[in-house]
Amino acid sequence: MLEIKCPYCGKRSQNEFSYGGDGNIKRPALGAEISTKDWDDFVYFRDNPRGRHTELWHHVSGCRQWFKASRDTATHEIFSTCKMNEDFNE
Amino acid sequence: MQKYSIFSLVKNAFSNHENWEVAWKDPEPKSEYDVVIVGGGGHGLATAYYLAKEHGITNVAILEKGWIGGGNVGRNTTILRSNYMFDANSHFYEFGMKQWENLSQELNYNVMYSPRGIINLAHSDAQMNAYARRGNAMRLNGIDAVLLGREDLKKMIPFADFSDTCRFPIHGGLMQPRGGTARHDAVAWGYARQADAMGVDIIQNCEVTGFDVQNGKIQGVQTSRGSIKAKKVGLCVAGSTTLLADMLNMRLPIEAHVLQACVSEPVKPILDHVVTFGAGHFYCSQSDKGEMVMGGDLDGYNSYAQRGNMPMIQHVLTGGLAVFPNFSRLKMLRTWGGIMDMSMDGSPIIDKTHIDGVYLNCGWCYGGFKATPCSGWVFAHTIAKNEVHELNAEFNLERFHTGRIIDEKGVGPKPWIG
Repeated sequence: MLEIKCPYCGKRSQNEFSYGGDGNIKRPALGAEISTKDWDDFVYFRDNPRGRHTELWHHVSGCRQWFKASRDTATHEIFSTCKMNEDFNE
Repeated sequence: MQKYSIFSLVKNAFSNHENWEVAWKDPEPKSEYDVVIVGGGGHGLATAYYLAKEHGITNVAILEKGWIGGGNVGRNTTILRSNYMFDANSHFYEFGMKQWENLSQELNYNVMYSPRGIINLAHSDAQMNAYARRGNAMRLNGIDAVLLGREDLKKMIPFADFSDTCRFPIHGGLMQPRGGTARHDAVAWGYARQADAMGVDIIQNCEVTGFDVQNGKIQGVQTSRGSIKAKKVGLCVAGSTTLLADMLNMRLPIEAHVLQACVSEPVKPILDHVVTFGAGHFYCSQSDKGEMVMGGDLDGYNSYAQRGNMPMIQHVLTGGLAVFPNFSRLKMLRTWGGIMDMSMDGSPIIDKTHIDGVYLNCGWCYGGFKATPCSGWVFAHTIAKNEVHELNAEFNLERFHTGRIIDEKGVGPKPWIG
C-alpha cells in the first residue's frame, strides 16, 4: 500500500487517489504555430525513467485536487509532493 | 541434439535420468556476431530460433541480463487468443494461433497447448451487440468465434453468479473456441533448446550497458561481460525497452507499468475455459495443477519494480468474487508482478529504427505471451531481410506521427486506464 501525502489533506492511503501520468508534459500554447511532429510528441511520447519520476496524482476520493509527486519508479518511494503551482520543496 | 520421446524417456530411466544432455549450453560470449538479440525472454528466444531456422542465420547471440525466461514470459497468465477486431491485429495474432497449434511438435518440447476456449462475458444488450460485431469481424478474418447466450453459459460455468440481483448480470458472451493456454516456461525452454542446437549462443547474466553506433550504423554493444561486435542488433526487452532506447537517444511512445497476477491453492477441476469478466476487471483460468490463475488491471502508475501493491489485488479479486462467489473460500498461493511496456495505442511496435542495423520489438502491453511465436517469426524476418513483413507492416513506429494508430480499445494515450 502506498501512502501518499496530499498537499491539502496530508497522508492518505493509495485507495483515495488516481494517477494522472507524466507531470512534465507541457501542452503547446494555445494558438501557437507548432509542427505536427511536436504535437505528436506531446500526445504520444513520454519520458519513462527508471528512478525519480515527476507525475500527477488526483485525490479523487478526497479533496479532489490535482497535485504533483516526485516518486521512484523502481522502489515506489515517494520523495515529495506539492501543489500544481508549486515546486518540490526538498 | 537428443530428441525427446517416449523411447528416450525409457532409455534414460535405466540410468536414473542422470545422463540427459543439457538443454542449452552456457557459452562464453564471442567477440563478434552477425546478430545480437538483447533480451532472453520468449520473444528474444523465438526470434533467434526463427533467424536460424527460417533464414539460416546461426551466428547469433542472445544477451540476457538475468536468466532466460525470468521476465514476463515467466510472469504472465499463459492466455492464447486472436479475438481482435482490427485487421492488423487479427492477421498477426491468427498467424500466431496457427503456430501454437504445432509448436510442441515443431520444438520437440511439450508446451502444453490447451485450446480450451476463451470466453468474454457480456452484461447488457449493447455489449452483446458489440460482441456480435467483434465476432463477425473475427469470422470475416477466418478466426473462430461463437456468440454465447445466458443459457449456454449456465451450462459451461454453472457456478458463476446468475442471480437477477447481481450488479453485472450475465447476458451472454463471446467465445473463441481455439483460444486457451500454454505452459509459459516450456515455451521459453523449448525455443532456447532448439536455438542452442542450431548454434545460437544463449548468454545469461550479461547486461547490455551501451551501444556502439558510428555514422548512424550499429557496430556492436557494450555489456557487463565485455564488448561484442554485431552487424545487427534486435531489442526484445519488453518493460526495459525505454532504458535501452535512452542509450540510443530514441524517445518512444512507451510507459512502463506493473501488472500483477496471482494463483490460488490448487483445487480439483472446476473451470474448463478461460473466462474474462471485463466489467469487473478480472479474468481467470485453471492451471493443469489446479490453481486458479487470476489477473486484472495494471496497478496504474509508472513502475519498474516487478512487484505491485495490495489495493489492486484486492480490486481484482473483489471483481472476481462478484462473478465467481464460490472462489471466496480459496486460499491465495502467490502473487507477483511484471513490467509491461505499455504503448500509447495498446498495440506492439515491431520495426526498424533510425539507426541502421537496430531493430525494435516492444509495446506488448498485456498481450505479449500469446504473440511469442509470431513476434519472433516476423521480427526474425525484419532483421534478416532488413524490411518489415506484411504481418508487422502496420506495427511501425511511424504510426504515432501518421495517425494510423491501432487503438483496439479506443482509450487513447492513457495506458494506465484499463
